Amino acid sequence: MMADAFLDIADLSIVLRSDRAHRLLRSVDLHVNPGEVRGLVGESGAGKSMIGKTIFDILPRAVEAVEGAVTLGGTDLLALSSNARRREIAAAAALIPQDPLTALNPVRRIEGQITDRLTAILGFSKKAARDRALTLLEEVHINDPERVLRSYPHQLSGGMRQRVLIAAAFAAEPKLIVADEPTTALDVTVQKQILRLIAEMQAHHGTALLFVTHDLGVVAKICQNVTVLFGGKVVEDTDVKGLFAHPAHPYTAALINATPRYDRPDQSLLPVPADVIEATRAEIAKADAEWLSQRGQTLKAAS
Amino acid sequence: MDALRGILTRIVTTAITLFGVAVIVFAVIRIAPGDPIAMMLPPGASDEDIARLRALYGLDKSIVEQFFIWLGNVLHGDFGTSISIRQNVLGIVLGRLPATLELSFLALIIASTIGVGLAYLATRYRETAAEGTVDVINGIALSVPDFLWGLALILTFGVAWPIFEISGRVSPTLDLPFTSNFYLLESLVRFRFDITLNLLSHMIMPAIALALPLAAVISQLLKSSLKETMNQDYVMLARTKGFPESRVIARDAMRNAILPTMTLTGVQLTFLIGGTVIIERLFSYEGLGNLAIDAVINRDLPLIQGIVLLFAVLFVAINLIVDLLYTLLNPRLRHG
Ligand SMILES: Nc1ncnc2c1ncn2[C@@H]1O[C@H](COP(=O)(O)OP(=O)(O)OP(=O)(O)O)[C@@H](O)[C@H]1O
Ligand SMILES: [Mg+2]
Repeated sequence: MMADAFLDIADLSIVLRSDRAHRLLRSVDLHVNPGEVRGLVGESGAGKSMIGKTIFDILPRAVEAVEGAVTLGGTDLLALSSNARRREIAAAAALIPQDPLTALNPVRRIEGQITDRLTAILGFSKKAARDRALTLLEEVHINDPERVLRSYPHQLSGGMRQRVLIAAAFAAEPKLIVADEPTTALDVTVQKQILRLIAEMQAHHGTALLFVTHDLGVVAKICQNVTVLFGGKVVEDTDVKGLFAHPAHPYTAALINATPRYDRPDQSLLPVPADVIEATRAEIAKADAEWLSQRGQTLKAAS
Repeated sequence: MDALRGILTRIVTTAITLFGVAVIVFAVIRIAPGDPIAMMLPPGASDEDIARLRALYGLDKSIVEQFFIWLGNVLHGDFGTSISIRQNVLGIVLGRLPATLELSFLALIIASTIGVGLAYLATRYRETAAEGTVDVINGIALSVPDFLWGLALILTFGVAWPIFEISGRVSPTLDLPFTSNFYLLESLVRFRFDITLNLLSHMIMPAIALALPLAAVISQLLKSSLKETMNQDYVMLARTKGFPESRVIARDAMRNAILPTMTLTGVQLTFLIGGTVIIERLFSYEGLGNLAIDAVINRDLPLIQGIVLLFAVLFVAINLIVDLLYTLLNPRLRHG
């Protein structure tokens, strides 16, 4: 465990309940220091959201964490009862979800959805919570915060809703924000604004940020460090400069060549070569076989 | 503009529905065998007497003529005179309506409470024995019809352990200081809780019998609707905010899940009201349903028509109220 990490995921393995030899996350180590901005990169299905869901204890019922530890602000989450764990997580971290169209409750006004954690958990008065919500909406550059507070989600555009969700995430001053591809569901024109806004809010509040994305270009822009995931396994964990200068893993190198570079706009893009993917898969299969041979008996016993 | 068109369409379809009901009721009863006039008179009555009575009730005219005379009168609020009770039909029917409304309303409250409660439990403790138990309860409540529930209740809490009253609406010895026939409502408004208790003691078993099948329907619909809602992103997000699961279900999932359930509950509620006909008979409860059976036995045509039309109006009103509630509870419809 890293001594100064705020979020520390150590040796985490997640399996399917129906087939416990099938790992979705493979002995993942990931840590985020206070105030750090870390990118979490990987192709679709690599397990990025699975990591986010582990942090917030909202894993789907079909899967199960069989090994590893998640420590948040010094508290070992897995040692807590489920309700206590939920409170502990909520006090320390907040999630900016991927799709602002589905992440707001359609039958509740915006005000309640920003202030509920303040009034219900932190003991804010209704008035104080409302004032805080207004301030937050101004921080995310919403011009008519009064109207937005009164609105229902369907009355706001996608970009507005994502701003509301960002405001809500920062409401209780969490130490860590997890943003799970917060711009992919938005119009291209809005994506940049939202990205800038998240970076701005992070800097303003000094919050640690785990930024989940497909896009190494975005990582280059806003992150200090980066974790690259392939098939549920961490293949690279480095600082952003090091990543582009001397990637340690062939998959990362190939991924960099597949990413448009703002500093080299005329560079030609290469898809990740098939043999690199093959080799990485083989590496994972080997690690899996080793892991299974060590734990095959206990895994079977547990199911 | 759209709202106006909606209202107009609604009025027209309602009118057509009610007219259709009127035609069908009128036709079916005329075609059915049995002579109401013959039943009114003593066995030895002369042909002349019969003819006079026929003319008095307009039964000597052609069926089409009878229909339009009747319809014209109905539109003026005149539903004719009951043959068996010899009073104004509208008066009789409106006099009985409150009893049936109160019984159905009580049944609806019981059904909603049980239905929502079971759906909540099955969701809160999903994938445990509790969910399976709720499924079994739903299955049983659905497969037994309301009148059998009524019989079972009578045998259990009326005969074996006589806790509740099995017959009537209120004890005849009670002095009722009421000005309307909404006894339950008036007893509450006038703080006569002794009478409220007496009424409830009579109503509780028929209400439960009516409520059980509806409770099962509500519970099943709401449970599957909740299952879907619990996987929505906004419910996930509510969990990350640190609320216990009970609050997440109540605050974030329930209202969304209830919307689709409500429209179907409206349809089921009309079945419940249909069920009052037999249940009121079973419990000798003096409501519309009980009156309907008397009217059929006596072949009291004007009364039957009045009752059936009133039921039709009730059903139409229920659908209107459900639509209205749906709009009120759904912000996407309320604030376009
Ligand atoms: N409910 C579930 N049941 C079983 N497997 C699941 C479930 N949800 C996700 N998975 C599997 O877990 C793996 C990781 O999924 P995850 O959603 O974390 O990917 P991701 O990296 O977030 O991808 P994307 O970029 O598309 O969001 C995938 O192989 C996926 O098929
Ligand atoms: Mg994802």
